[in-house]
Order: sequence, then structure tokens, then C-alpha cells
Amino acid sequence: MTTFLTGWGRTAPTPARLARPRSVGQLRELVASAPRRGVVARGLGRSYGDAAQNAGGLVVDCTGLDAWTFDEGSGLVTASGGVSLHTLMTALVPQGWFVPVSPGTRHVTVGGAVAADVHGKNHHRDSSFGAHVRSLTLVTAGGEVLTLRPGHPLFAATVGGMGLTGVIAEVTFGCVPIRTSMMRVDVQRTADLDETMAVMADSDHRHRYTVAWIDLIARGRRMGRSVLTRGDHATPAEVKEAPPFAPGALARAPAWVPGGLLNGLSLRAFNELWYRRAPRRRTLTQGIAPFFHPLDGVEGWNRMYGPRGFVQYQFVVPLGAEETLRGIVATLSEHGSPSFLTVLKRFGPGSGGLLSFPMPGWTLALDLPAGGRGLSGLLRGFDRRVAGAGGRVYLAKDARLGAAMMAEMYPELERWRRIRDEADPAGLFRSDLARRLRL
Amino acid sequence: MKNALGGVDTVLLLGGRSEIGLEIVRLLAGLGAGRVVLAARDGFDPPDLGAEVHVVPFDALDVHGHGAVFARATELVGDLDVVISAFGVLGTQERYDADPAAAAEAVAVNYGAHVSVGLHAARVLREQGHGTLVVLSSVAGARVRKANFVYGSAKAGLDGFAQGLGDALHGSGARVLIVRPGFVIGRMTKGLAPAPMSSTPRQVALATVAALRAGAPSVWVPRALGPAFRVLRLLPRALWRRLPR
Repeated sequence: MTTFLTGWGRTAPTPARLARPRSVGQLRELVASAPRRGVVARGLGRSYGDAAQNAGGLVVDCTGLDAWTFDEGSGLVTASGGVSLHTLMTALVPQGWFVPVSPGTRHVTVGGAVAADVHGKNHHRDSSFGAHVRSLTLVTAGGEVLTLRPGHPLFAATVGGMGLTGVIAEVTFGCVPIRTSMMRVDVQRTADLDETMAVMADSDHRHRYTVAWIDLIARGRRMGRSVLTRGDHATPAEVKEAPPFAPGALARAPAWVPGGLLNGLSLRAFNELWYRRAPRRRTLTQGIAPFFHPLDGVEGWNRMYGPRGFVQYQFVVPLGAEETLRGIVATLSEHGSPSFLTVLKRFGPGSGGLLSFPMPGWTLALDLPAGGRGLSGLLRGFDRRVAGAGGRVYLAKDARLGAAMMAEMYPELERWRRIRDEADPAGLFRSDLARRLRL
Repeated sequence: MKNALGGVDTVLLLGGRSEIGLEIVRLLAGLGAGRVVLAARDGFDPPDLGAEVHVVPFDALDVHGHGAVFARATELVGDLDVVISAFGVLGTQERYDADPAAAAEAVAVNYGAHVSVGLHAARVLREQGHGTLVVLSSVAGARVRKANFVYGSAKAGLDGFAQGLGDALHGSGARVLIVRPGFVIGRMTKGLAPAPMSSTPRQVALATVAALRAGAPSVWVPRALGPAFRVLRLLPRALWRRLPR
């Protein structure tokens, strides 16, 4: 079946044949029968750009590969590539276990979590998803099913490899024990960017999860004012009655939303409100869903940007390059770029994936409507500043970077290419992202 | 690949000497296009375009060689994000009146060769599942005038071909963008007095790039020519033939 596919940002659709295998056997047959234009795996389509698109080729929807097991003794989950973190959380949280890393949405597959080496609010302590993987099985271009462990070059090329080394069929990774399904959360408002960064640098180590939402619309003295949230899994003493984990869409965006719903004016109002409604300083208990995945409560929120879609720009600059971060925030604030949710986070050590995004430093993520005037030039200016500071942009969010910048931002790219070329000499695994960035 | 903000990476320009074509390429390179293939007759020295430039020999009238031009271009840069079909000859009606063979040859370049190039481009872009073919049409073909009806009739044919091709490609991921400039002040029209609503190659290029990024099916340059020709097409022939040029 030929279908036009996009990422979560709903930009640049391209047609591909979409197939949904129900077993590894069927998956191997599909890979063996891939057309000249190649094949790439797709999970729940939460990459923002073109990572899970393959114009004129084959896209394998892995969500039919949905078996998983959990061993309570070791805390290890073994899950097929198409199992979602949502499925795992729903089953494991009542048993007192949590996934090692959760991105801002739980609607991602395990295969996608490895391929993008996703990170969460605990990156400063626990690194990214790949760091928790004990082994994975990969369906390669030659049709083999390889089991890879940390230390293997192809493992390092697959973690963060955006699905270009093969299809991730199964992953074994460690989970973390929790004692309740609630979060103990400390909320604090900061006056400006310097205070935000200072508080994060000083207190991050005391909490498992930390993140700051930045009001990018505030200018001048208030530039970079933020709402900081820091949380930990609550102990039974901290909550009287821990309700079972009960996620689910709380509200649903209408199927058709006018393109201008999220515009300069509404975003200005939203940013002001979001900052104002936060207490100066407060401690509260919160469920897992509202703490980790506030946007999952609004199903299809990506449609609110209208038919032209949106892009997310997420970059990291190493520790010591705070000036670059400050400069970019200042430019955004002056430019009046309407960003819906801008998030700042301090990263800890990376996971060793050759094309993994995180590195010790500061990461900023912002959503921008794709139709904005001058957006292309603005972001290319940021690319140069980020690359100049030794930083990079996140491929799972990217939909517009160029090949030259890619090579500058990812110094391990050549090594990754050599390993990939050995595993897939004919370039069978290909995506629109791979073509755009000449991977 | 065309990215989320309409930027492209690779461009093939057929008619590597075309002022408008080169101006479009220059703008695309400034917006991030990294690799360019210029297809032109022999003895062509490519200008600096701010991108990696390859030159491939191309003779519009050698239609049997067109397939090889596309094969070479894809070998050099991979997928073709934008293909610009920009070659052409103007010539004067007086000359064509005196030399019908020259007229037939001009039509072969301005129409026949574009048909061949367009069909090759369609095959490549359809297989890729993405990419845009930019066809340089002209207001001369919107309604043919007695002052240049050989040239105008070829452009009329080309415009119709490009519309049909665009419809045929619908749903394939590939697109056709038809550019309809008025009188363009440049090398091709040297010595001719500019007509009303004329433009420069750069203005045509700017409008083309904006239309490319927006994914539009056609663009008039200047824009006002669109509504103007919707009216002019309805003008009775008795009046139309009295137009001075």
C-alpha cells in the first residue's frame, strides 16, 4: 500500500510502500524483498522530521512486533522493537517498576527509543536509553538476525543510528524499581536565564528528574525566566494513597484545527499564563503521566499548528558554552519567535552511541510553526553557532539540517559510516533523513 | 530531499547557460543547496555558484542523448530535488518567415526537446517519490501573438505539456512548477525594447524560488500578468491582432 508519510511535525510528506510484519520471519522477508529505493523501520511516528520516511521505497511499520517479557529478579525487560513505552508502563508501574528513560511522550516504540537514543528528564544522572540496553537483535541488510551487546561496533552504530544499520527486532534493557506510582515534585519559578542555569547546575544532582520550561517571549531583564520542575519517585510515606498508573488521553484536539490557532498572539498569552500560574516555590505530588508526558493528555496536539506543520529545533552545547546558549535565547527573544513549549535541560554523560545526540552540556528544545518568515535563515544561523561551540542538533527532532552541518556536528560520523558500510554495503537501509543529510 | 522549510539539496539545470536558470540555482545555493549539475553544450565554463558544481554535456536537439544526461546527473549527486528545464532560443519572426527550416528547428528546441527532457525528468522524479520539475514557459504562449507566433506557439505547446505532466504526476510525490514570465530583460532579448510588465532574470528567479518553497503549481512573473492574461485571453481576435507587438 503506497502512503504519504510525515513525521510528528507534519512537514514534507513523501510516498512509500508501507508494510506491517507480524513476526521477525515476515520482517526478514520484507527486508530481503526491499526495492531499489531501500527500506527503513517506522514505529509510532514521533520523530519530528523525516527519519521514518523513505520516498519511493519501503517503510516497515514495526508496531505489529509487540511481544515482551519481564523478569522481576533481574529487572530486565525483553521487548520486540514495536512495543511502546506506554504498554510497558501500563503493565510495569503497578508491579513497582519504571522504564529507565522516558522521553516527553510515552508513545514511542522501544526500537525507536534505541534508534534515536532518546533521553528524558533524568539524563543528568542516568544518561540516555541506549545506556540501559543490555543487548539488542538487529535484522541486517544480509537478512541475518544479529544479537549485539555494548562494546560491539555495530551496537555503537545502532544506538542513535536512526534505523540505518538495520531493523531493531528486539531489545533487552534494565528497568528501575519504584515504590509508588506518584512523583514528588518541586516547582520553582526563576527570574531570568542566569538564575535558571545556576539553580539547575547547583541542585540537579539532588533529583532524579529535572527540567526547565523557558518563557521565550519575555525580553530584557526577564529574558529566560523559567519554571523549574525537579522530581523523584515518591516514597509511600510521602503519599497517603498511591493511585495505580492510569494514563489515557484526557482531552482530544479536534480532527480539524484552524491553521492559525497557535499563532504569535495565542502563544504570547500561553507563555504568560504558564509562567504566572506556576507558584514561586512549591512541593507537590503528581502522577506519572502529568509529570512526564503532559502533552500526551492532548491527543494529536501536533495538529494545532495547522496544515503547514511545525519544526522542533533542539540543540545541545557543551558545558562551558553557556554564552552560545545565552546568545541564542537572546536572539529568539528579540526575534519574537512564537514557541509553544521551550524546554531547557542539563545533560550528563552520553551513552557511547556514535550518532547519539546527548553530551554533557545544555540542551534547549523549541517548537516553531513551519510557515514562519525568515525561519530557515534564523535556524541556519543557530546551526553555525551551535556547531562553532562544539554542539549539535538532535536528529530525531530535525527536519531541515544540511549535510555539511551534520558532518561538522557529529565528529564520529566517518567512523559510523565505516561500520554501517560494512554491515550494509549496498545502502539498503535508507530514509529521507539519510538522503537529506547524505548519511 | 526537500526539507521541512522548503530548502533543497540537489539541482539539475538543463540549459546551463540560461541567465534565469543560473539565477535560480544561485538563489537555491544561497538557501542551502549543496550540489548542482549544469547541463550545457560543450565549451561551457561554469560560474561560481556557491555550491559544488558539475558540468554535463547536453545538446537539446540530441533527444537520444537526454537519458544519459539524467543518468549522469543522478550518478553525480543522487536524488534530484529540483530539475530546471531552462534552455531555449527566441529568434525573430522575420527570420523565421524567411527561413522556415530555422523556425522548425527553433520549435524543436523550445518544445520538442522540452517534451523529451520533461518525460525523462518525470520518470526519475516519480521513482524517487519526490522532486520538482521547473518548466520555463512564457506569457508568449498564454495567447499567441502575430509578432512572434513561432516562438509563442512552441511555448503554448510547452505550457500545455507541462500542465498535463503535472496532472499525470499528481499523487506520485513529484511535482511540476510552471513559470510564466513576461518580457525578461536579459541576454536573450538584447536589442529589443522592453514590453510592459517586464522583469529581470533575478526577479523571475526570486518568484520561482518562492513558488518552489510554497509548492505552487505555477507562477506568473510579475504576478499581475496572471489576472491580466485571464482578461486578454477573452479579447476578440479582431482586437488581439491589432496589438502592436
